[in-house]
Amino acid sequence: MNRDTDRQKLFTRRALMLAGGQAVLTAGLVGRMYYLGVVDAPRYATLADENRISLRLLPPPRGRILDRHGRPLAGNRQTYRAVIVAEQANGVEATLDTLARLIAIGPGDRERVLREVARKRKFVPVTIREDLSWDEVTRIEVNAPELPGVTIDEGQSRFYPYGGDFAHALGYVAAVAEDETTGDPLLELPGFRIGKSGMERTYDLTLRGSGGRSQVEVNAYGRVIRELSRTEGEPGADIVSTIDLDLQRMASRRLEGESGAVVVMDVHGGEVLALASSPSFDPNAFNRGLRRQEWRELVDNERAPLTNKAISGQYPPGSTFKVAVALAGLERGVISPHTRVFCRGHTRLGSHTFHCWKRGGHGSMNMHEAIVQSCDVYFYEVARRLGVDTIAEMSRRLGLGAPVGIDLPGERPGLMPTRSWKAEAMGQPWHQGETLIVGIGQGYALSTPLQLAVMTARFANGGFQVTPRLTRVDAPSPAPSATPLYPPLGVNPVHIRLICDAMNDVVNGRRGTARGSMIREEGLEMAGKTGTSQVRRITRAERATGIRRNEDLPWHQRHHALFIGYAPVHAPRYALAVVIEHGGGGSTAAAPVARDVLLAAQKLDSLRIAAGPGQTGAPRRTDDDPA
Amino acid sequence: MTMSAGTSAFDRQQLTLGQKFWQIRWFFVLLLIAAAGTGVAMLYSAANASFEPWAIRHMARFGIGLGIMLAVAMTDIRFWLRHAYAIYLATLALLVAVEVMGSVGMGAQRWIDLGIINLQPSELMKVTLVLALARYFHGVTAEDVGRLSVLLVPLVLIAAPAALVLRQPDLGTALMLLLAGGLVLFTAGVRLWKFALVAAGALIAAPIAWQTLHDYQRTRVLTFLAPETDPLGAGYHIIQSKIALGSGGVFGKGFLGGTQSHLNFLPEKQTDFIFTMLAEEFGLVGGLGLLGVYVMILAYGFAIALSSRHHFGRLLAVGVTITFFLYLFINVAMVMGLIPVVGVPLPLVSYGGTAMLSLMFGFGLMMSVWVHRDVPVPRRFVGDGP
Repeated sequence: MNRDTDRQKLFTRRALMLAGGQAVLTAGLVGRMYYLGVVDAPRYATLADENRISLRLLPPPRGRILDRHGRPLAGNRQTYRAVIVAEQANGVEATLDTLARLIAIGPGDRERVLREVARKRKFVPVTIREDLSWDEVTRIEVNAPELPGVTIDEGQSRFYPYGGDFAHALGYVAAVAEDETTGDPLLELPGFRIGKSGMERTYDLTLRGSGGRSQVEVNAYGRVIRELSRTEGEPGADIVSTIDLDLQRMASRRLEGESGAVVVMDVHGGEVLALASSPSFDPNAFNRGLRRQEWRELVDNERAPLTNKAISGQYPPGSTFKVAVALAGLERGVISPHTRVFCRGHTRLGSHTFHCWKRGGHGSMNMHEAIVQSCDVYFYEVARRLGVDTIAEMSRRLGLGAPVGIDLPGERPGLMPTRSWKAEAMGQPWHQGETLIVGIGQGYALSTPLQLAVMTARFANGGFQVTPRLTRVDAPSPAPSATPLYPPLGVNPVHIRLICDAMNDVVNGRRGTARGSMIREEGLEMAGKTGTSQVRRITRAERATGIRRNEDLPWHQRHHALFIGYAPVHAPRYALAVVIEHGGGGSTAAAPVARDVLLAAQKLDSLRIAAGPGQTGAPRRTDDDPA
Repeated sequence: MTMSAGTSAFDRQQLTLGQKFWQIRWFFVLLLIAAAGTGVAMLYSAANASFEPWAIRHMARFGIGLGIMLAVAMTDIRFWLRHAYAIYLATLALLVAVEVMGSVGMGAQRWIDLGIINLQPSELMKVTLVLALARYFHGVTAEDVGRLSVLLVPLVLIAAPAALVLRQPDLGTALMLLLAGGLVLFTAGVRLWKFALVAAGALIAAPIAWQTLHDYQRTRVLTFLAPETDPLGAGYHIIQSKIALGSGGVFGKGFLGGTQSHLNFLPEKQTDFIFTMLAEEFGLVGGLGLLGVYVMILAYGFAIALSSRHHFGRLLAVGVTITFFLYLFINVAMVMGLIPVVGVPLPLVSYGGTAMLSLMFGFGLMMSVWVHRDVPVPRRFVGDGP
């Protein structure tokens, strides 16, 4: 028994030590529970919410782009796509077989669906086909009982009802490229589209709106259990453009088959009513995504359908530039309206001979006659007297040689050469002969159709620094008599008047180069100036082999045809520029387009704002008017 | 010497079943019901408010376990003393059988399919090892405990099942067997310096053993020791467990309201991580409540051990208590990120048949010690030797 007592004492001691140890360890557990559940609880509560709460972005509907009268030019179209949820389907393959009898499913689509189904979790919807027609949607809905797991998802996609007619002005939307992400989470949404060119790009942020947010509870596998809260986003705002739907479409029709551009703008407010470039492309195709083949065709086309020639095409202004040279001459006093120059068909400078387009010569010319008949020799002389820097200075004031700042991406500056420019760009001194060439809008001089329209508008409004824009501001364009919106150019209005008179006779005068395109409707007459700019000279050798005429040359070597003009003559409202690439002569290829477009602009105008032609007086008859 | 209680001791040698029945501490049984009831509630919640598939079976198993416990408690303690080694050897044979079947059936196999439950001999061994060790030290005097040769048998008793379990491989259970065995040796009176010696020896042997390990074995050990190195595996479980537990706060998210558990962020919520779910839904209060129940069960164990007049009873009661404590401590410490992840269930609460039945068998032995605390059991008891 003694032995057992010893054992018992030892056991009791050890058992109590053990119990003490367990008590300490249990206290440790309690302490840890307190630490996790009380001290650190807020942090873990946050982590728990981060685990289970997932933020989903709701893409806002994109704002529409409307024409000046509120008609939609770009909108959103309801689209339908078929999706399949694997866990709800009785076998994905069998369901696809059934579905293939109702709608077309390519072998590529089928493979992709099966691959995605295998890869993704079973409750994630997989797109079978996008862009279903309403007919296909109905067929699927009617057969829904045989298609478990197949549902129709609705979405919105950008739609341009007039296709290519507005493609360059509006631009297009497409999927976000990697380098375009800005941190806006919307841009990372799959399928989100942003403006890639045109107004879609300039006003992308306005049109985009802001995304809504939906807080959903997800489980560890990412399945959505329920929606916790939802804040609606701000739909994109509509943009009202200055474009006139009908005029733009008319201008596009008129350019069909040609490569070129037409710009029509309000001479007082600067509102661009039409901005067409040809050939065009279907912006809807960009939205759905171009196939490689389609893309190559657009890029490789020598007529450059993707280029907005109205703002990015740079052409020698040709004879249309003579109005700028004439204004510079009058302003600088190197000529007066009465200054006469004798044209014998060419002039000499040193060892070089400079030809007039009229081989026999125009004879004695004053400024008015030289503009009306587009005498080159007269302007060689004016340019020689002015010097190239003075010409460049005046053309810049008229809107040439630098971007005019329209609200579109991709505007090119054109080029008005100066001595310092040549020294810098080419490292060569300026030759006086080059001044003469610039004097007739050739050589280094380059301008865009938009710049030419701006120059025309600045003449037509009597010398105010109007700039073009594509979106409407609240105030409507003021009547001609109202206070101008823009500061004056700082030129003598009398000189402007003299040149406008000459432009009137270019079209309406007996000897005018554009008299064939005269508008004969009372009160709607136009004034203007033709231009033909050489792409290349016809060489001596070619003359010898019989190539005399521009039409004999291959298309891409023919002359550009240009026309600038405004109407109505006595209360100018619309300024226009037309460039037909390689179209031949300005009077034959460009002026008829200008006539049709300006006439349409005025007729649409009178229809819309119900302003009768009485507002404008009859054109002033000049001495050499045939009537 | 303690003959003052001699009459009662004599009486208890011939206790009737009815008398034994009323000797059972019913408050202790109530504590077990409370713990198991918590298990049923949490398993009901884990199945998203459904008794299927876990809660109903848990209840049934506890019912069976309770029956086993009462039957064991009313069986004479000398019966258990007599057959201690036989039971131990039978469990060991089952372990060997699992080992053989496992090598046939490919991969780690820890259980034998008995139809009703999948019997895991390693869980059973946690109790029968204690039984065998108590049987052994019952026959060893206080002086003999100090002798090194006396320790040979118990060391073999511990090492044999531990080695078999380690081969499965189940490092957690192996360590638990070693710890439980070691602690029984400690309460039996083995000198402290011997434990220190073993610990020092292990420290010296560790680097040598490390050199002999294969790369994949080292990786396994490293992942076991530092789960953070495996953030998508064991580390992920611990991180999610701490988030769920901590987000429960003081009062919890309410019954069936545990977001992390119900949204499946919490792994194995019906077995090893059920304590996390309890703490998420009932907060610190719920966790401490269950811990309180456990502490009272442990207190009963110690009280019964100290009240026993025979050494077998003392060691058996304290041994079961040790095993129970190891279960709960390892599990709770693991889900709170205090120790590496090892597959040890929360006693009476986690879903799992063998652990439940083994524990109830253990509690039956403990209660038998209480019922037969005054039964004279001579040191040199005639029974079937080891």
